[in-house]
Amino acid sequence: MFSRLIFFIAFSLTQLLVFGQPENMALIGSGTYVPLYGDDSIRVEVQSFHMDIYPVTNAEFEVFLKESPEWNKDRVIALYADKNYLGQFNEKGDLLPDANPNAPATNVSWFAAKKYCEFQGKRLPSLDEWEFAAMADETTPDARTKSTYNEFILSWYETPRTFSKDIGSTFKNYWGIYDMHGLVWEWTLDFNSVLISGESRKDMDKDNNLFCGAAAIGASDLMNYAAFMRYAFRGSMKARYSVRNLGFRCAQSLPDN
Amino acid sequence: MNTKKKTLSLALSRNFLFLLGLISMLAFACNDGPKNEKQKTNPADIVVDGKMLAELTSPPFVPAPVGNRSAKHLVVEMEILEEEGTMTDGVQYMYWTFGGTVPGSFIRARVGDEIEFHLRNHPDNKLPHNIDLHAVNGPGGGATSSFIAPGREAVFHFKVLAPGLYVYHCATAPVGMHIANGMYGLILVEPEGGYPPVDKEFYVMQGDFYTKGEYGEPGLQPFDMKKAIKEDADYVVFNGAVGALTGDNALNVNVGETVRLFVGNGGPNLSSSFHAIGEIFDKVHMEGADLINTNVQTTMIPAGGAAIVEFYVDVPGEIILVDHAIFRAFNKGALAMINVAGEPNKTIYSGKVEEGIYLPEGGGIQEMPRSPEEIEKAKPAEFLSKAQRIDMGKNVYMQTCFACHQAEGQGIPDVFPPLANSDYLNADVNRAIDAVLFGLSGEITVNGKKYNSVMTAQTVTDREAANVLTYIYNNWGNKGVEVTEEMVQSRRKK
Repeated sequence: MFSRLIFFIAFSLTQLLVFGQPENMALIGSGTYVPLYGDDSIRVEVQSFHMDIYPVTNAEFEVFLKESPEWNKDRVIALYADKNYLGQFNEKGDLLPDANPNAPATNVSWFAAKKYCEFQGKRLPSLDEWEFAAMADETTPDARTKSTYNEFILSWYETPRTFSKDIGSTFKNYWGIYDMHGLVWEWTLDFNSVLISGESRKDMDKDNNLFCGAAAIGASDLMNYAAFMRYAFRGSMKARYSVRNLGFRCAQSLPDN
Repeated sequence: MNTKKKTLSLALSRNFLFLLGLISMLAFACNDGPKNEKQKTNPADIVVDGKMLAELTSPPFVPAPVGNRSAKHLVVEMEILEEEGTMTDGVQYMYWTFGGTVPGSFIRARVGDEIEFHLRNHPDNKLPHNIDLHAVNGPGGGATSSFIAPGREAVFHFKVLAPGLYVYHCATAPVGMHIANGMYGLILVEPEGGYPPVDKEFYVMQGDFYTKGEYGEPGLQPFDMKKAIKEDADYVVFNGAVGALTGDNALNVNVGETVRLFVGNGGPNLSSSFHAIGEIFDKVHMEGADLINTNVQTTMIPAGGAAIVEFYVDVPGEIILVDHAIFRAFNKGALAMINVAGEPNKTIYSGKVEEGIYLPEGGGIQEMPRSPEEIEKAKPAEFLSKAQRIDMGKNVYMQTCFACHQAEGQGIPDVFPPLANSDYLNADVNRAIDAVLFGLSGEITVNGKKYNSVMTAQTVTDREAANVLTYIYNNWGNKGVEVTEEMVQSRRKK
């Protein structure tokens, strides 16, 4: 009898662990959408997945550095980071006193961000997953045509030094996650899969075969400008770059996926 | 005898041949003309001699002229900063800048220079940027090779092949937004030997700005993409802000100097009808290029274009630079000032104001705006206290009377009589009401001084007349009368 009880408790806990919501993550439902680089014939399908509610913070990254000291800035492999890496930390992996521990961890290269997520048993979200989760405002899953949503994003581009604010400073979106917009840019697993030439006038050329999908970049509506900035930013990135305004959060596939 | 003849004819024919030869030589020499021009050096072949760090200056100043220096390997280090600035009193704007200013730093080079361009994107910036210099022969004007993320630097080289004054600007998507936020400036490529020297050189650049709020609405104003697409500018300014070149920031020159202005137009949308009030441009390098026009009153500067204007200053006073699409100058900020100091020249300009009819702006000719609220206000139904009257009257005064009678009612000596502590005013209230309603002309004596001018009848409602007179009577030492609408109405009926 007793052993049965123990077995039952152990079984339930395991079930919870496997199928319940991981701590500090939210479930992003499945769906399809037309991304900026596509048109109606190229709808992207996103399977349900879990995503961190907040971006990874300086304090959390500090813990990671203590446990993986080979990622400190004096020891990190040069291929994986540039000179701006971990500007707010010292060589021993301590956060410098003037940095905000609750602010998103920025100045982190893609390699380091990816490692951090792996360390948690997670991964970086894909670009499509990130964009899908980011389409939402407080009340709707796809708010991209709403002017308030776009204006919020565009006004963020004008606000200086948002990288030093606490996580949770901006709005909680439909899926229950914070700060997809308004705090920092975020790494994705395949940030460089949509290529931009860097010469934006040339990008208007429909013959441009650098794009995975048909070029919709010539659009002039507001929605595309807000999103275009993100793509333009990603286009300027390389995996070893560390940028003051660029942080990240982790994602996790569902067990059956 | 025959020998002599033969010799003579031989000599003649020799001379003739000689002349023929000479003439043909001259003819062929003329044909050599075009060949000589081709022998001038192709700018692409100019050899550089030595390395030099470019001196970049903030507007309105420019670096030293190139003079006779040879073409150099010129290093330009340009930093991009996104920072908040003041558009006008109470209005803040987030500017994106080259070198921390709008317009960006002035680059001065000469034909044949090989420029090593370092573009640096400050780490605090949010966005990637690049640069397109109109002086570059190459893809994107350099934009393809200079696209960089915050915290990074891009380097590319280009050789300047053509003299002229060129615009540079950011070309990262959305291009219009980057330009609209102030990412533009000028690069000057002087010809060999440089331009002829002048006494003063300045850097002025026009731009249009689009904000969510209307002109003057206070606070940090975000950029408005919709207005930018409609080309409905809220601010049209020189050097990035209203008053950037007025008051204490005005340019200063002296009588007898030759002044050269390097004038650009960053747009993003509007072309400039560039004019100097009080001056004529002796020379205009049209579009910043080789062709020089002379004695020009107003020159056209396209968006993304430039012009070099030169003028000799004859008399002292104020030269006002404007975009002569005039509402931009007086209502949106497209106004800059040059103070000229020195001795007057009465022949060229006497400077004397004759007494006579003066119709100021804001006088009775102007229609009072009639919003529904004001029409409501003009209805005589409600009761107003004296204090409210005085308050409303002050507004009327500042719109209508202030231009002549001035802010403290002091008037202008010998021209417009004072209202402050005025014996004329205090002696007869009805006469004062009549002056407002019907005008006044002929000689009058106020506070012991004679005035002989014309006051035009004011197009005001009874309520406005009553209020403004109450305001005047209750300020500046006047006798404190309250003028009511009934009093005004009764004078009107007469």
